[in-house]
Amino acid sequence: MKIFIPTPLRVYVDKQDAVQVEAGTVGQALNALTTQHPDLKKHLYSDEGKLRAFVNVYLNDEDVRYLPEKEATTVTDADSLSIIPSIAGGC
Amino acid sequence: MLKLSEPIYNALRKHGEETYPHECCGVLLGRSENDVNTVEDAMRAGNTRTDAAHNRYHIAPQELIKIQRQGRERGLDIVGFYHSHPDHPAQWSKTDFAEAHWLGCSYVITAVTNGVAQQTNSFLLTGTNEDDKSFEDEAIQVEELVTGRC
Repeated sequence: MKIFIPTPLRVYVDKQDAVQVEAGTVGQALNALTTQHPDLKKHLYSDEGKLRAFVNVYLNDEDVRYLPEKEATTVTDADSLSIIPSIAGGC
Repeated sequence: MLKLSEPIYNALRKHGEETYPHECCGVLLGRSENDVNTVEDAMRAGNTRTDAAHNRYHIAPQELIKIQRQGRERGLDIVGFYHSHPDHPAQWSKTDFAEAHWLGCSYVITAVTNGVAQQTNSFLLTGTNEDDKSFEDEAIQVEELVTGRC
């Protein structure tokens, strides 16, 4: 499956906008991604190993945090994951 | 440096006037090369912070993904974001900084006073991670469109 990488994190994946991985679940896909590109890990996960609060991971158009099985959700090659940091602020 | 055409520059400022007294927000699509973010299109986004839209903004991740997908189909990347500060200076706030995570991207802020766009500034989010990130003042180059002559 394909994992789409946002602009700021492409420097850690050889400047690719997407990375192809073999995986059966969302968690396996993310694990494969950070195994292929270890420098990416600290930008996605806290020291406690949890996905950083501002990092959103979407399976197709669904927020993985709100899927019943979360990272254990099964995936196929036709699915795609998007990593998308949040954007917010205000005066 | 942030480069954008005059129509795009005017459009993002007008967006802030239209949503006044609430904050507007949007995504800048373009190309990033040699420390220059060149904007090819400004995509309006909805402000999901309806609870405090006068001084907060948030773009739904689903909308970001959709815009990112549209950009990819056109060979464009997300190179920045814009929002307005109603009755507040065009200067980044503590909230803007805390919520900024797109390193290398331009954050454009337009001050809107009494419904009229005033100063527009851009700030480049520099650094390599959340611990060393900072906002740097960034020059904005507004380019007039050159029309062909018969």
